[in-house]
Amino acid sequence: MKTALDERIETALQDSRLQAALEHLAFRFMTARNQAAADLPNWEELRTQAHAIKRHTIENLSIYLQQLEARVRERGGTVFWAEDAAQACSYVVELARARGVKLAVKSKSMVTEEIELNHALGRAGIEAVETDLGEYIIQLAGEKPSHIVAPAVHKTRAQIADLFEKKLGLPHTEDVAKLTATARAVLRQKFLAAGMGITGANFAIAESGSIVLMENEGNIRFSTSAPKIHVAVVGIEKVIPRMADLAVFLPLLARSATGQKLGSYLSILSGARRPGEPDGPEEFHLVLLDNGRTRMLADPVAQPEGYATAAAGIVLSTGIAQPEGYATAAAGIVLSTGIAQPEGYATLRRQTLYCIRCGACLNVCPVYRKIGGHAYPWVYSGPIGAILTPQMLGFPMAPKLPFASSLCGTCRDVCPVKIPIPEMLLLLRSLETESMPGGRWLERTGFRLWAWAMRQPWLYRLGSRVVPFIPARLLAAAGPLAGWRKTRELPVFPEESFRDWWRGRRAPPAGMATGRRP
Amino acid sequence: MVEVLERCGLQVEFPEGQTCCGQPAFNTGYREEARRVARGWLEAFGGSEAIVAPSGSCVSFVRQHIPELFHDSPAELEQARRLAARTWELTEFLVSVLGREDVGAVYEGAVGYHESCHLLRELRISRQPRALLKNVRGLELRELDLAQECCGFGGTFSVKFPELSAAMADEKLRSAARAGAETLVACDMSCLMHLDGRARRLNLPLRCLHIAQILAGASAGGAGRAGA
Repeated sequence: MKTALDERIETALQDSRLQAALEHLAFRFMTARNQAAADLPNWEELRTQAHAIKRHTIENLSIYLQQLEARVRERGGTVFWAEDAAQACSYVVELARARGVKLAVKSKSMVTEEIELNHALGRAGIEAVETDLGEYIIQLAGEKPSHIVAPAVHKTRAQIADLFEKKLGLPHTEDVAKLTATARAVLRQKFLAAGMGITGANFAIAESGSIVLMENEGNIRFSTSAPKIHVAVVGIEKVIPRMADLAVFLPLLARSATGQKLGSYLSILSGARRPGEPDGPEEFHLVLLDNGRTRMLADPVAQPEGYATAAAGIVLSTGIAQPEGYATAAAGIVLSTGIAQPEGYATLRRQTLYCIRCGACLNVCPVYRKIGGHAYPWVYSGPIGAILTPQMLGFPMAPKLPFASSLCGTCRDVCPVKIPIPEMLLLLRSLETESMPGGRWLERTGFRLWAWAMRQPWLYRLGSRVVPFIPARLLAAAGPLAGWRKTRELPVFPEESFRDWWRGRRAPPAGMATGRRP
Repeated sequence: MVEVLERCGLQVEFPEGQTCCGQPAFNTGYREEARRVARGWLEAFGGSEAIVAPSGSCVSFVRQHIPELFHDSPAELEQARRLAARTWELTEFLVSVLGREDVGAVYEGAVGYHESCHLLRELRISRQPRALLKNVRGLELRELDLAQECCGFGGTFSVKFPELSAAMADEKLRSAARAGAETLVACDMSCLMHLDGRARRLNLPLRCLHIAQILAGASAGGAGRAGA
């Protein structure tokens, strides 16, 4: 059965220009990444360390989130716990309304793409302008990012020239310097006029209540310093315990994403401007977003027995001083303290939350490089998208997605926090299959029959004799072989099966039997 | 493979009760079916001293996933771990266990080596096949610029996404052409079946052979029965 995913893949495969752009980007990023990783003699140790810190943090998430919240409040910031996209969006919209904000400038942020914040603001009559050049381009085009780090990789220079001509009235030019200068001039006015700056965060530090933002264009620093209000929308998995942990994560992030030692600008922001400080926003709001993340933490189906006992009964939200909305949702979520954590499904699924959004798995993925980000069902693409999307949106929203991988394993090798993506895909395949018992009855029956046949060696032997004589056309009438024959020839069978050769053979002297191939 | 192992002075047994390790069902999401088949694998090989397979993917499955399948069954888990510890991929067994890098093979031609994914990224076997190929008389090893790229087979991926799978194969075939390889060699029959099927569909003059066929001294025919 053809799914929407199949159709998008089909379209992408016909777009050779897209594939060339993806190859070019991936080659550039990966060459730089490999060099940058090789330059650090302790690269593998850093990856191991990062994985361990993430594991510890995610296993103790409730503690660190509450610490983060307390520190942000101490520094005069406001914290809002958003259960889902709608709550996060309405908080930002209401805040903008209450402060009379008509224009907001935005930094590039996957989490605001995830909750479609720009649309929510737009519907409320508030203009939100993307200030990262790539994001600005796709905003002008009305599209979604097709790469976590390079959102406009699918756009050609000519397409961008057309876009700038149509939307900004710039005389047609493909001169990159001119295009960039135009965007810069337009955006500068927006920065100065905006009443609100909206960002994501690469990390949120629990011990200091700081958020960390790495960038190359300076637009984030501008967005967080010029407007009077700074709102950071941050997924709950972005918290790390200590400032010192940045020593592990920053080199991994920069080197994995673009091959840089560090982004050109690094901002560590700890709340709004305090008395006596010369600059900074007057208000700081931190929106902590769940939106399906706690499902990965606490999936009742996936939890092995005895798990509830291991969890020490810490409830994510204390209900004290919580804005309305979150307390109800959090009341039922019990997080583990990390004591006696059993290996298994839950642990594996939780590792999805270790991701730091560097995009390295996209660059190395042979599937992503053929089909691009827009072939994926949601804003998260590539291998990480293939494991995030079904878990956050549910299997029905991303049918077949965990199967769109050859399981080559390059993503696992480059992941800076060592997420075992192929193992996770395998797990999601079995969970998706279990979740739709009626949906794949033909395939399921096929595998049941196959499993039975594989326990009958005589049948296997018979099959190896008979199958070579079945005409290819007849074979190809069956489901999977039809798929095979679509793009390939069937294998040529030898005249004699190995089993017959083995049985018929009279122990040849060593080194003599070159006439027959095993 | 039988001939190569015998040439190395080993006595080869072929337990006829064997069929499959269960990977196709596991990778398609049918763990219970995979478990049933894997149980048969454990029974078939229970009495073997060393188990050698001409497939990186199968060996990887045996080592990593069969124990995982029996995580809740202590007796079978124990058996799975015991067998996994003495299961070897062919080139790994020859080079790393037997210490043989030259098995006295002859093959005339320019050969490209495709690094199959599970062999390379799960078993970390990369040096051994090349060491063996370099010692084949008459064989000229041509390195592919995309030697480590996936060929696009991916088990049921190849039939669930046939066009995408073929597009990935085409990258590999172009890389082989750039390297001037007349023959493409790998340690996994499944990659080769896919690449050979694609090459024949495109009428490319590329021959795809399993490394066992090269090491056995084969010099004629297409991709034959090397999986056996």
